[in-house]
Amino acid sequence: MCFKFQHCVVVLPSLQYKGKLIFKFIHVPESILQLFRISSRTALAVIYALILFSNTATAAPDGKALFQSNCASCHNPLKDATGPALKGINATFPSKEWGYNWVHNSAAVIASGDKMAVEMYNKFNKAAMTAFPQLKNEEIDAIFAYVNSVTPSAAPTAGGTGAQSEGSADSNGYLYVIITLSLLVLVVILWKANQALSRAANDKEGIINEKEVPLYRNKVVIAMVAIVAFIMAGYWLVNGAINEGRQQNYRPIQPIFYSHKVHAGINQINCLYCHAGAEKSRQGMIPSSNVCMNCHKQINEYTGEKDMPLKTAEGKVINGTEEIKKLYEYAGWDPVAKKYKLNADGSIAATPIKWVKIHNLPDHVYFNHSQHVKVGQVQCQRCHGEITEMDEVYQFAPLSMGWCINCHRQTQVKFDNDYYSIFAKYREEIKSGKRTGVTVEELGGTECQKCHY
Amino acid sequence: MSQKQYWTGLEELNNPAAHQELAQNEFKEELPFDLSETVLGASTPRRDFLKFLGFSTLAATVVSSCEMPVRKAIPYAIKPEDITPGVPNYYASTFVDGGDYCAVIIKTRDGRPIKVEGNEMSSITRGGSSARVQASVLNLYDKARLRFPGSPAADGKGMKNVESTFEAIDKMVKEGIGTKPGYLLTNSILSLSTKEIIAQFLAKYPNVKHVVYDAISYSGMLQANEASYGKRTLPTYHFDKAQTIVSLGADFLGTWLSPVEFAKSYARGRKVSAKNFKISKHYQVESNHTITGAAADNRATCRPSEMGLVATALYNEVTGGAKVALPSAKLTEMVAKAAADLKKGNGMVVCGSNDVNVQIVINAINDKIGANGTTVNWTTTSNLRQGIDSEMVALTEAMAAGQVGSVFIHGANPVYEYFDGKKFADGLAKVPLTVSFAERMDETAEKCKFLVPDHHYLESWGDAEPKPNYISLMQPGIAPLFKTRSFQDSLMTWAGNTTRFEDFWKTYWTNKLGSQANFEKALQDGVIEPAGDMPIGGAAFAGNVNDAIAKINGKKAGAGMEVMIYQKVAIGHGGAWSNNPWLLEMPDPITRATWDNYACVSPKKAREMGAELTGINEVEPKKHVITVKGANYSVNLPLIVVPGMHNDVVAIAVGYGRGLNVGRAGASDSATGMGGRNAYPFASYNGVNFEGASAATVTMTDQLFEVAVTQTHNSYEARPIIHEFTLEEFEKDPKILLKERYKEVGEFAQPLLTEEGKESEEEKVMDAKLDESYRTEGTLYDNYEYNGLKWGLSIDLNSCTGCGACIIGCQAENNVSVVGKEHVMKSHEMHWIRIDRYFSGMPDNPDSIQTVFQPMLCQHCDNAPCENVCPVSATNHSSEGLNQMAYNRCIGTKYCANNCPYKVRHFNWMDWNGADAFADNAFEDYRRDDINDDLTRMVLNPDVTVRSRGVMEKCTFCVQRLQDAKLAAKKLGRPMKDGEARTACQQACPSDAITFGNVNDKESNIYKVRKQEHAERLFYVLEHIHTLPNVNYLAKIRNTEELHSGKENDPKNIKDGFLEDHI
Repeated sequence: MCFKFQHCVVVLPSLQYKGKLIFKFIHVPESILQLFRISSRTALAVIYALILFSNTATAAPDGKALFQSNCASCHNPLKDATGPALKGINATFPSKEWGYNWVHNSAAVIASGDKMAVEMYNKFNKAAMTAFPQLKNEEIDAIFAYVNSVTPSAAPTAGGTGAQSEGSADSNGYLYVIITLSLLVLVVILWKANQALSRAANDKEGIINEKEVPLYRNKVVIAMVAIVAFIMAGYWLVNGAINEGRQQNYRPIQPIFYSHKVHAGINQINCLYCHAGAEKSRQGMIPSSNVCMNCHKQINEYTGEKDMPLKTAEGKVINGTEEIKKLYEYAGWDPVAKKYKLNADGSIAATPIKWVKIHNLPDHVYFNHSQHVKVGQVQCQRCHGEITEMDEVYQFAPLSMGWCINCHRQTQVKFDNDYYSIFAKYREEIKSGKRTGVTVEELGGTECQKCHY
Repeated sequence: MSQKQYWTGLEELNNPAAHQELAQNEFKEELPFDLSETVLGASTPRRDFLKFLGFSTLAATVVSSCEMPVRKAIPYAIKPEDITPGVPNYYASTFVDGGDYCAVIIKTRDGRPIKVEGNEMSSITRGGSSARVQASVLNLYDKARLRFPGSPAADGKGMKNVESTFEAIDKMVKEGIGTKPGYLLTNSILSLSTKEIIAQFLAKYPNVKHVVYDAISYSGMLQANEASYGKRTLPTYHFDKAQTIVSLGADFLGTWLSPVEFAKSYARGRKVSAKNFKISKHYQVESNHTITGAAADNRATCRPSEMGLVATALYNEVTGGAKVALPSAKLTEMVAKAAADLKKGNGMVVCGSNDVNVQIVINAINDKIGANGTTVNWTTTSNLRQGIDSEMVALTEAMAAGQVGSVFIHGANPVYEYFDGKKFADGLAKVPLTVSFAERMDETAEKCKFLVPDHHYLESWGDAEPKPNYISLMQPGIAPLFKTRSFQDSLMTWAGNTTRFEDFWKTYWTNKLGSQANFEKALQDGVIEPAGDMPIGGAAFAGNVNDAIAKINGKKAGAGMEVMIYQKVAIGHGGAWSNNPWLLEMPDPITRATWDNYACVSPKKAREMGAELTGINEVEPKKHVITVKGANYSVNLPLIVVPGMHNDVVAIAVGYGRGLNVGRAGASDSATGMGGRNAYPFASYNGVNFEGASAATVTMTDQLFEVAVTQTHNSYEARPIIHEFTLEEFEKDPKILLKERYKEVGEFAQPLLTEEGKESEEEKVMDAKLDESYRTEGTLYDNYEYNGLKWGLSIDLNSCTGCGACIIGCQAENNVSVVGKEHVMKSHEMHWIRIDRYFSGMPDNPDSIQTVFQPMLCQHCDNAPCENVCPVSATNHSSEGLNQMAYNRCIGTKYCANNCPYKVRHFNWMDWNGADAFADNAFEDYRRDDINDDLTRMVLNPDVTVRSRGVMEKCTFCVQRLQDAKLAAKKLGRPMKDGEARTACQQACPSDAITFGNVNDKESNIYKVRKQEHAERLFYVLEHIHTLPNVNYLAKIRNTEELHSGKENDPKNIKDGFLEDHI
């Protein structure tokens, strides 16, 4: 049950990813169909599909998603950030066309000497806006429609599900323990009662009772206890050995109190904006401090102290503005003069931030982010948990081999990728309806040398 | 005749009891266990065992209860735009080591070079590489490199412990040059921009003269070409266009001039198939045994001093002159045949002699047979060597006379390499200003006053012009690791030019190429070449042959023993290579020996000298030490028996016996003889040229010295594993091999035949069904269907030259460990691909020896014997046909290695890469230990696990590359294309002997090789045991009359059924 819940949590943010949005909208109905086919076999999958469907149906208009994947890293709807606040900004444009041109290629508009463009450019410290030639006019309209609809009270709604599901798993466990214990007590009571009754019956019938042996000297009991103790000790030992080096729920203290909740949750910055390596490399890549400074040149204070106070897991309140100052130290930024401090050779006086590594794979494992994120289109949250709810990141998944293999067994690959056309047999079978999809395992995804080399 | 008798060494041929025992022993060394009959009687009885068990359980518990270490993840402070951590970047560059040239691609991961590959855009090296090119990346991380400028310490041990500045040295150099004659001594310089800078320097200091000196001199050829054609240059040889190749002592596939270029074109001229029987014929006359001799169709030997005589005989034969009496009948016969073939046209003669007169005769032959303009190209010449011997001699004399005010030495190490190094060193001491640009403190640098270390080529900007108009640019793969400065920058500074070389170089090439865009394109491609095919043209011969012949005849050919120096394929002339552990541990292709140099002598001579050939000198690593005495120099070296050596020649490799500051792996220990001896002093100067051979006497000593020879490791115990035919046999019946295979395994195709009632159609089965029906019918098990991908690799024995580029390529790619000499002697070497060398013929007759190379790697058997016996299933089979090895599951039982018929599994007896984790733990084998260093470990490939002690390892078909290629195709959303996934050995191979790909893809090269183009030559090693390998071989076809079969006619062997029933 617990596992299934994680699935549906994952789907929600999937709608927010840059570039994948359109893909989602084309493919969701198809995947639902697929899921319905499976649902004939398992009721759980039906629930899964229904939740997925409901998510899709109630999803915000694409303006929101587009805003989050393209604009949110520099713009806030309500206040100036790296770029201006966007709410109502389209009303100030000379024309709709002007707005389209600006979004498609702001540099060209500035270069044309347009007065408003130049003013805006100068006002925001000559920070050039990224060109978005791929955005269609309707999409730009949708973005403006979304930002104009935002009201100050808008607060994130997602979350809690993961924790709840974990909690329910725990209470289930308790329940089982209680039931088992009470049953055991019942067995002992019944056994004793049975013994007492048979003794009584024997007395009545004149049969001599054997001398009563106390429980702790009963050979059967001793044998049973010994066996149970042996099994439990063995279980404990083996389990301990297996879990050696695993660090689920590891939540170290980091050099800067960086809140993913504030960045990816409240401000809805795309994960890939900072972790750009996840689509290209085996490493997800921790951003260098100059990436942070893209936004934090402007954002020099944390204003959410009242609504969203930053707290450590122990409940200590953190001053967000002080943490931003720590970043400035690392990045070599002088917040007063609003420029970088330079070394003697003219380079920026920045020092790398020594983050504590949370996700440590076991030795001898090759893991590639791009394989999962780009090809497999697995959502970050599937392995990293509800990252948008974490003020401090902890290791969500056990990162054990069983956990990897389990997913490889259950997950279907995106078989419409033309790479898989070499598996003609599977294509045939899908065509003829013999199978609904191909799992990673069926393509050899659980073989040793797919991850160990 | 496909199965002649092959032997890896005399011990296998003679098969004495000691050898049999060794071949059947699992472990070469004495085991540290007590194997007594009774357990309690053993010196470590049961109680001790229990104590150990208890202790180790406790220790493991304590250790494992420690907390996980806190690891840091440190991103860039400011990320360079073109680097994505974890994604390699590739830069086109150029490998240059003196005149050795190769266009390369540098693979960098997170800003550090980890691999060097050939650049396929070069029409000269065509993507090929050599063992040295592959190993050059390790030199970058050599601990012995100089880390700052300065002066040698007074006690001769490294640098003075004061870090000087370049400015201080610049000042002293500028003041010191003065007006007395000075010399700039360099090796051959291929770089145009560097030549320009040298010109500037010489213009500023007119008293300084530039002398070019090559350790291995080609001066004789340059001078002969000047005399014959008026050009002091070398021609380009087109081996692919030659129908007849005659080589007199030129090891053009291994070490001569431009082996990568030649191996490429040579192999192209020898691709034989049932559709094309036209391949070149190669005659080789040599004194020692080289890999070129092994590849030759006909081979004969002579003394080095007789090479001129052979050249004269060939000239007379070609021109119809008087017959010259040659020392052996085989030579006479071969010269006659070669001349007849040469006269048919499309011939070519090359010669390795450094004697100007011999080279003039060779030029005359090439002229007479019309080679000039067809196979020998005088329009597009070669700049690879430029040194003139007499200039170097003049410099030495001038120094000795105290006339020299300054010497600047770049790329040369005369104290070690010059035939009279001592004279050079003494002369150097008399020069007031001596500056070395050496990257390590070599023997010459030790004697210089100032050391201004140059960058490694992987840290340098530069260029090379191997042939006129064929340009190759050099760009760095990493910022300089140490406080070094480029040679050019130093010269520019001293010449008063304040521009930095990098900027000068950029401007130079931007101007030359016309625009920034052209420059950037050239930098990206790495090469700039004229469009179209290479222009070919001849030249008019104007040399005086008769005079040259008279001079050759004037020299008395030797009658007794002669000593010759030669270059090993791996180590070459010495230089930085002498301290490269990869190259030191690479078994020499012919002798299969590692780590040391030695005196090669023929079996007959060895026996005459009293070295028993079945006991000490062959079976055991201990070799008899002999004294080799030349005119002015003598050394004691262990004797290695090399079949195919001329009986009166002793050959010694150069590049060994290095000074103490060259590096731990290379330095020789004069007391123990470890690290070999210097052979350069055996050379001499004949007034015109250096000569690499001289008369010598050899005497046996009573000493023994251990040499780590790998030739009988992994013995096949004479099982038939190679197929070889003469071209004639193959042409007569192209299905000769198919028939043999059919005889062996065809019975499994029979059920199919009778079912279909087509018993007479044997041929049909052979052609189409042999593989498939044997696969399915030869076993009780069900057939597994390989869906999608199925990897396969094919090795063409006809193309393989044995050069060893694949071994080092694999080592660099897969983090294969260096184990050191001690462990090589125990058969612990780790190379995933080895090149087995088999001799055939009569050991006492060097001219009858024929040599075959067979690269041997994991065969990735679909029915693998190793997989069945693993108790923990650490090795198993993938759905792509890979025999997988999961290191973290392996518990080290070694059952798999014992059950592997191909002997390709290697066990990690030690922690080869991390031994320095504990203090004082690394110094087991003094010479290999620099491998265990943080600097050296920068070379490791982060995509491949570094194996630790106690696990088995073997070839993975470079699975990391396969996975990478698959991922790249998936990201692009298209099927993988043939050639996108290449193994490291395939990519390194200069002769394209290795084909790799997806067998299920009918468009792939591997499918075409196996099923279409070379189906007739295809065979699997030990096919009859139904291992179903995914590696196949293509039979060797020798363009010769007869395959020598050694002792197969010996009645003793026939009686024992040695050949037939030994399986």
